[in-house]
Amino acid sequence: MDNFTFGLTMLICGMGGTILTLWIMSLVMSLLGRLFPEKPKKEEA
Amino acid sequence: MVEAIINGLGGLIIGFQTLFVDWRNAIMLLVGFLLLYLGIKKDCEPLLLVPIGFGCILVNIPLSDVMGPEGFVRVIYEAGIATELFPLLIFIGIGAMTDFGPVLAQPSTFLLGAAGQFGIFLTLLLALALGFPQLDAVSIGIIGACDGPTAIYVTSKYAPHLLGAVSVAAYSYMSLVPIIQPPIMRLLTTKKERETVMKPVARPVSKTTKLLFPLVITILGGLIAPKGLPLLGTIMLGNLMKESGVVARLTKASENEIANVTTLFLGLCIGATMVGSAFVKADTLIILCLGFIAICLDTVCGVCFGKILRVMTGGKFNPLVGAAGISAFPMAARVVQKEGQKWNKKSYLLMHAMGANAGGQVGSVIAAAVMLSVLAGMGIIR
Repeated sequence: MDNFTFGLTMLICGMGGTILTLWIMSLVMSLLGRLFPEKPKKEEA
Repeated sequence: MVEAIINGLGGLIIGFQTLFVDWRNAIMLLVGFLLLYLGIKKDCEPLLLVPIGFGCILVNIPLSDVMGPEGFVRVIYEAGIATELFPLLIFIGIGAMTDFGPVLAQPSTFLLGAAGQFGIFLTLLLALALGFPQLDAVSIGIIGACDGPTAIYVTSKYAPHLLGAVSVAAYSYMSLVPIIQPPIMRLLTTKKERETVMKPVARPVSKTTKLLFPLVITILGGLIAPKGLPLLGTIMLGNLMKESGVVARLTKASENEIANVTTLFLGLCIGATMVGSAFVKADTLIILCLGFIAICLDTVCGVCFGKILRVMTGGKFNPLVGAAGISAFPMAARVVQKEGQKWNKKSYLLMHAMGANAGGQVGSVIAAAVMLSVLAGMGIIR
């Protein structure tokens, strides 16, 4: 594989893959935040 | 008898006789002293530069055998660098030290961590254009991760002959983030943008979310980019131990004793790869320049992404925060806070920047993992 093809593939797949992975992770983290919200602490009587 | 004494004394002066046989060793001795000076006098990443500088001096003393087949540094190198063990042990410590709370409070800041990785891939292209072989270019590009252990992990695996140059570049530029970033941040933003006050992050994060975070990221990341699972898995193991709170001794050992011993051995081994005959050449200077460009590009892309977010949020986002989307944690976040305060005393960007910075920490590991998996997919590595 020539350097130009290699570089372009790495840029598209590498950067695209990184953005996509982190985007998916941000969605999953948002979901977790909604599923397990911080409960307000009960005040002691 | 006399002859034996003369021969014996001759053994004591042979080192001096060979001192200037190879001028490159003499230059590297000076480089070793320079690294020690930067570490000791200028407080520039001393934990790394002191062992690196000393390792550099050790290996460049004529007739030095520390990196010979049975040399003591060679033994450490084979045990920890050739096996990629040291960067991974350090990652456990990093995971144990990092609070991902700010990024969990604002998961969208993960994307800022992605923007900060553009430098890796753009520098890879530059290295290829300059004629470096493909795997060498990958190792040079990874300097842009702004993440020492990741750079060492990738380079020791695929371009071990570049380990000294890449490691020194990665750690030196990491410590120079407070000098490199601010001029770029100012150049790319208007006064109005820099003065933007952002609302504080108010959303608290539950313990369950903090506990599930390392597990979910490990499984998800491992499925998408299995080649980078050692990197991702170790950092998340450290974080899980920290957040669980039930293995305080292991957490403490990971962030102190294990990280300290590994850092010492790692630094010594990196320094020992800087032998004059292999280090003093034009390629090393080019790698150092490309590393600098990589960090600059990370900052440029991070700030530009911040500007896009500003447009998307109707002017509520301060683009300076984008510069924190790199792995130099928490240094980059502090730089953003300081720069924001310089332009508006009412602007407190630290928590937003910490989110982007923690995103950058994960982002750099993900970028390396994705890169390795893409290379494996292309059949370039196994």
